[in-house]
Amino acid sequence: MGLVSRGAAEAGLGAASAVDRPGPPDAVPNPTPTPPAEGADPGSSRPSMVLKAFFPTCCASADSGLLVGRWVPEQSSAVVLAVVHFPFIPIQVKELLAQVQQASQVGVTVLGTWCHRRQEPEESLGHFLEGLGAIFSHKPWFQLCRERGSKSWSCKATHWQGPASPAASGEDQVMLIFYDQRKVLLSQLHPPTALPNRQAGDTTASAGGLAAVFDTVARSEALFQSDRFDEGPVRLSHWQSEGMEASILVELAKWAAGPVCLFLACLLSLISAASACRVFKLWPLSFIWSKLSTCEQLRHRLEQLTLIFSTQKAESPAQLMRKANMLVSVLLDVALGLMLLSWLHRKDLIGQLADALIPVADHVAEELQHLLQWLMGAPAGLKMNRALDQVLGRFFLYHIHLWISYIHLMSPFIERILWHVGLSACLGLTVALSILSDIIALLTFHIYCFYVYGARLYCLKIHGLSSLWRLFRGKKWNVLRQRVDSCSYDLDQLFIGTLLFTILVFLLPTTALYYLVFTLLRLLVVAVQGLIHLLVDLINSLPLYSLGLRLCRPYRLAAGVKFRVLEHETGRPLRLLMQINPLPYSRVVHTYRLPTCGCHPKHSWGSLCRKLFFGELIYPWRQRGNKQD
Amino acid sequence: MEDEQSFSDICGGRLALQRRFYSPSCLEFSLSCPRITLRSLTAVTCTVWLAAYGLFTLCENSMILSAAIFITLLGLLGYLHFVKIDHETLLIIDSLGIQMTSSYASGKESTTFIEMGQVNDVVINEAIYMQKVIYYLCILLKDPVEPHGISQVVPLFQSAKPRLDCLIEVYRSCQDILAHQKATSTSLEGGDRIISASNRRSHSGMGAYWHRQEDKR
Repeated sequence: MGLVSRGAAEAGLGAASAVDRPGPPDAVPNPTPTPPAEGADPGSSRPSMVLKAFFPTCCASADSGLLVGRWVPEQSSAVVLAVVHFPFIPIQVKELLAQVQQASQVGVTVLGTWCHRRQEPEESLGHFLEGLGAIFSHKPWFQLCRERGSKSWSCKATHWQGPASPAASGEDQVMLIFYDQRKVLLSQLHPPTALPNRQAGDTTASAGGLAAVFDTVARSEALFQSDRFDEGPVRLSHWQSEGMEASILVELAKWAAGPVCLFLACLLSLISAASACRVFKLWPLSFIWSKLSTCEQLRHRLEQLTLIFSTQKAESPAQLMRKANMLVSVLLDVALGLMLLSWLHRKDLIGQLADALIPVADHVAEELQHLLQWLMGAPAGLKMNRALDQVLGRFFLYHIHLWISYIHLMSPFIERILWHVGLSACLGLTVALSILSDIIALLTFHIYCFYVYGARLYCLKIHGLSSLWRLFRGKKWNVLRQRVDSCSYDLDQLFIGTLLFTILVFLLPTTALYYLVFTLLRLLVVAVQGLIHLLVDLINSLPLYSLGLRLCRPYRLAAGVKFRVLEHETGRPLRLLMQINPLPYSRVVHTYRLPTCGCHPKHSWGSLCRKLFFGELIYPWRQRGNKQD
Repeated sequence: MEDEQSFSDICGGRLALQRRFYSPSCLEFSLSCPRITLRSLTAVTCTVWLAAYGLFTLCENSMILSAAIFITLLGLLGYLHFVKIDHETLLIIDSLGIQMTSSYASGKESTTFIEMGQVNDVVINEAIYMQKVIYYLCILLKDPVEPHGISQVVPLFQSAKPRLDCLIEVYRSCQDILAHQKATSTSLEGGDRIISASNRRSHSGMGAYWHRQEDKR
C-alpha cells in the first residue's frame, strides 16, 4: 500500500455503475460487471432500503478524500464526522482512527469516499476508488460525489451480498441529511417528558436514532482536535479545521477559578461553622431564628454559595446548568439589592420611613380601637350579649394600649435600626424583602395575638357546643373507640348540660363575630406576607442563565430537530437540512428551575375552610425545624 | 412534483391542500387555512372603540381612548403572532419520521418532529366536537413498555380542521409510505412486528388533547 497520489484523485469520479466489490483484498474483481437494477433486486425478496447519511455542512466544500465517521446499523444511518484528504497513508489513517476510538469509545471507521470534482471524470478513477474500498473494507460502502460550483450531488451505497450470490450486488437508495456540526456538538437534547405512569428507566428505550447522532458527534471531540495548521500525518476536514475555537476570557476564567473557588470555599465553611455553633442552639435564639424568614433566606443563600464555590467539578451538564443558574441568580439578587440601597439613600427614604413609622402604627392602633368600639355597640345591626361584649372589648382595648406604649418606647431607636436593616440590602434584594416581611410580622403582632385569643375562645366554644349537643341527644364520645356511643345520663347531668348548652348557644354570635373580624385581619396580613414571599421565591427559583442561553444561543437547548427539504431533481438523491428545534421557554423554566426553601402552604382550600370553621389555628407556612403547636 | 386541490373545513371555509412529491419516500402536505377577513377585523376594531368611547363619555378621561388604541394594536399583533395559523404542513420521510409545522400569520413557525421508531400508525379518528361529530387525522405513538400498545394520540391539522375527503387523501399517501417502511423494517429485523392493514379503524387512545373531546370506542 503506497502513497496515493493526489493528482489521480483530483481528476474526478467516474459516474460508473456499481461494481461487485470483493471482500478480501486480493480477490480478482469480476471482469464483466453486470449492471444491477437500481433499487430492488429481482433476485432478492428484500425491498430497497433507504440509507441515511448525515453529512456536515462544513465538509460540503472540502476537497476529495475519504469519509470518516460512524455507522449505526439499527437506524441504517451513517454519521460522517470528517473528511480525510489525499495524500494519505492508509496505515496512518487506521492508526489515527484506532486512537480516536480508544479515546472516545465511539466506533469511528472509514465509511466511503468523497469526491468534489471539477471536470469530466476519468475511467481510471473508478478502479482507484475500488481499490480504496478494498483497503478499508466497510459494509455498506458510500460513494458521495458533488460537482463543484453546482448543487447536484450523487451518492451510492454498495453492499457485498456474499458468496451465495456473487453476481448480484445490492445498491440502496441514500438520503443525504446535512447538519451543522458545531451546533450539534454543543447542543443538548431534551427528550419529551415521560408520562407519569412510566418509570425513569423506560425513557431511554425510546431515545431514537437522532439521539444516537447527537451522541456520536458530542463524544467524538478527540477527532476534532487537529486543525489544518497542524503538521500531522493525516489531513482532516471538519468544523474546527480552520482553527480551534477558544475564547481568551473563558480560558482566563478557568485558570482563575481554581484559587478563587478554594479561597471562597474556605471562607464559606468558616461562616457555616460559626453559624452552627452551640450558642445559636439555645432555646430563645433557636426559636426566634426558626420564626424569622430572613434567617431562612440567609441559610438558603449560604447553601447555594457553598455549592457554587465547591471545589469539585460538576459531573453532568444538568449540574453545571444548576451551578450557573445559582450564580446568576445570586449576582442579580445582589445587583438589585445595591440598586435598592442606592435609591433609599439618595432620597433619604430611611429617615422619612422612620419618621412615618410611629404615626402609622398609631393610626393602625386607633383604627383598631374604633373597630372594637363598633363591635362593643351594635355592629351591623346585630344585638350582642352586653356583658360578654364588654369583657372582650375591654380586654382587647387594654391590649392595644399596651402595644402603643411599647411602640412609643421603641421610637428613639427606630431610625438607627432601620438604617442598619437597610444596609443588609447589599446582601441581596431577597434578604431585604424577607426583612420587610419580618418587620410587617412584628408590627402586626397584636393582630396575631387577637386572632389567637379569638380563635381559642371560639374553638373552646365549638368543642363545648358539640359535646353538649351530643349530651342533649343522649350520646357520648367514646375516646377508646373513637366514635359516638349512646349513654344514659342522670337527670341532674342532663339538666346542667342543657343549661350550659343554652348559655353557649346564645353567646355564640358574639364570640363568632369577634373571631370573624380578627380572622379577616389576620388573613389580610398573611396575604401581604404571602405576596412578599412569592416574590422572594420567584427571584430564588428562576433559572436566568438557562433563559439567557435559550434567548442568545437557542441551539444549546434542543427539544428536537426539524427538517427542511432542499432543492430536489429527479434522479438525484433526496437532500434534507437538519436544524435544531429549540426548547420552548416554559419547558426551560420547568426543567431548570432551582429548588426553593419549600415554604409553601401545605393545605388545600377545603382543609383551610374546615380549619377556619372549627377555630383551629392556621399557620400559613411551616418553616424547617418548627415545632407543632 | 406539485399538486393543489381545494377542500372545505368543518365550518364551510375554503381550504387549499398542496401536495409536494419529492421522492417515493418523501411527501409533503400543506393545508392553508382561511385568511383573516377585513370584515371581522373592522367589526372587532369598531366594537373596541365604541366601548372605549362609551367609557370616555362616562369618565371624561382621554387616556381611555389612547389605551383603546394601544389595546387594539397589541391585541392584533398578539393575535397574528400567537393565535392565527396561516398554514399547516405535514412532512413524511420514510425511515426518518413525521414532521408537523404550523406557520402563524406573523411568520412564526412551530415544528414538532416524531421519529419513525415511535410511530405506531396514522389513522382517522372520530370525535365529538361541540355539537358535531367530526373526523380528524392522528398519529398513534408506540408505548415503550408494551410493544403493541399505544401511549399517545397526536392529532394533526388542528387549526385547519379539514373534512373527511381531504383527510382520506392525506391518509392514503401516509399509509403507502408507512407500509413501505414497515415492510422494510420487518424484513430487516425478521421479527414479529405486525404489518398493519391499510383499513380505516378507530382507536381508543390516551391523549387528553384537543378541547377534551371523547373518542368513540
